[in-house]
Amino acid sequence: MREDARQIPETVERFLDSTLESVDRAEELAMGVAQRAGFDEDDVMKIGMAVRESMVNAVAHGNRYNANKKVRFSVASGTERFTVRIADQGDGFDFSHLPDPRLQENLMRASGRGIFLIRSFMDEFQIRRLEPVGTEVTLVKYMASQ
Amino acid sequence: MSVKLTTRQIGDVSVVDVAGRITLGEGSSALRDSLREMVGKGQKKILLNLGEVSYIDSSGIGELVSAFTTVTNGGGQLKLLNLTKRVKDLLQITKLYTVFDVHDSEVSAIRAFV
Repeated sequence: MREDARQIPETVERFLDSTLESVDRAEELAMGVAQRAGFDEDDVMKIGMAVRESMVNAVAHGNRYNANKKVRFSVASGTERFTVRIADQGDGFDFSHLPDPRLQENLMRASGRGIFLIRSFMDEFQIRRLEPVGTEVTLVKYMASQ
Repeated sequence: MSVKLTTRQIGDVSVVDVAGRITLGEGSSALRDSLREMVGKGQKKILLNLGEVSYIDSSGIGELVSAFTTVTNGGGQLKLLNLTKRVKDLLQITKLYTVFDVHDSEVSAIRAFV
C-alpha cells in the first residue's frame, strides 16, 4: 500500500455502449479508482488490463457491438477488496470448457488468452449467467495483497 | 496514441519499429496489415522492434503469434527486439517467450538471421 493512499471507499457505476471506446473508458475509470485506492503502478496496470480484457469480452463477444445493448460497469474500492463488475446483455458462452492457452496444442492459437490473463492478474474471478440474458464477471483484487 | 509503425531496411532484414499500444482494433489491425503486406512482397526476414510499445493486450499477443505463423509458413523468419518489461512479462506468463527469438540488441538480432 502506498503511504499516501487515500483509503476512502469509492464507487463508480456506468452504463456503457458496446464500443471499443467504452473499453478504453472503463479501463481509465478502473485505473483511476485503483490509483486513488493506493495500488502501486504495477497493480494498477494489471487491474487495467484485466478490466480491458473483460470489457472486450462483454462488448465484442457478448453484445457483439450491438448498439441496442449496454454494458453495466461498476468499480468499488473498500478497505479490504477492490471489486469490478461487468455485465453484458449477450447470449452468453460456454465458460465451463476454457482451454489452457499455455498448453502446447494451444500455444500458437491467435486467441483464447483473455480470461487466462484476467485470472493471472486478479485475486478472484467469477463468471455468472444472468437471467433472462447476459453474463456478469466479477474481478477482485485484495487491498492487503499489495 | 494507438500504434505507429515505421519500416526500415538493413541489408535483407526489414526492421519494423513499433510504438504505442497494440490492442484490439486499430493497433492490432495496423500491425497485421503491415506484416501481411511485407510477406506479400516477399520479405523473408522481419525484425519487430517493440521497444516503444507501451501496452499490449491479448489481441495484440494474438497478432504477434499470427505474425510469427504467417512469416514462418511463408518460409521466412520473424524475430523480436527490445521487449519492454511488461511485454516480456506477458510473453512469459503465456509461455510464448520461448516461442519467439527475442533479442536485446539490434546488431545481434540482425546477425541471428540466417
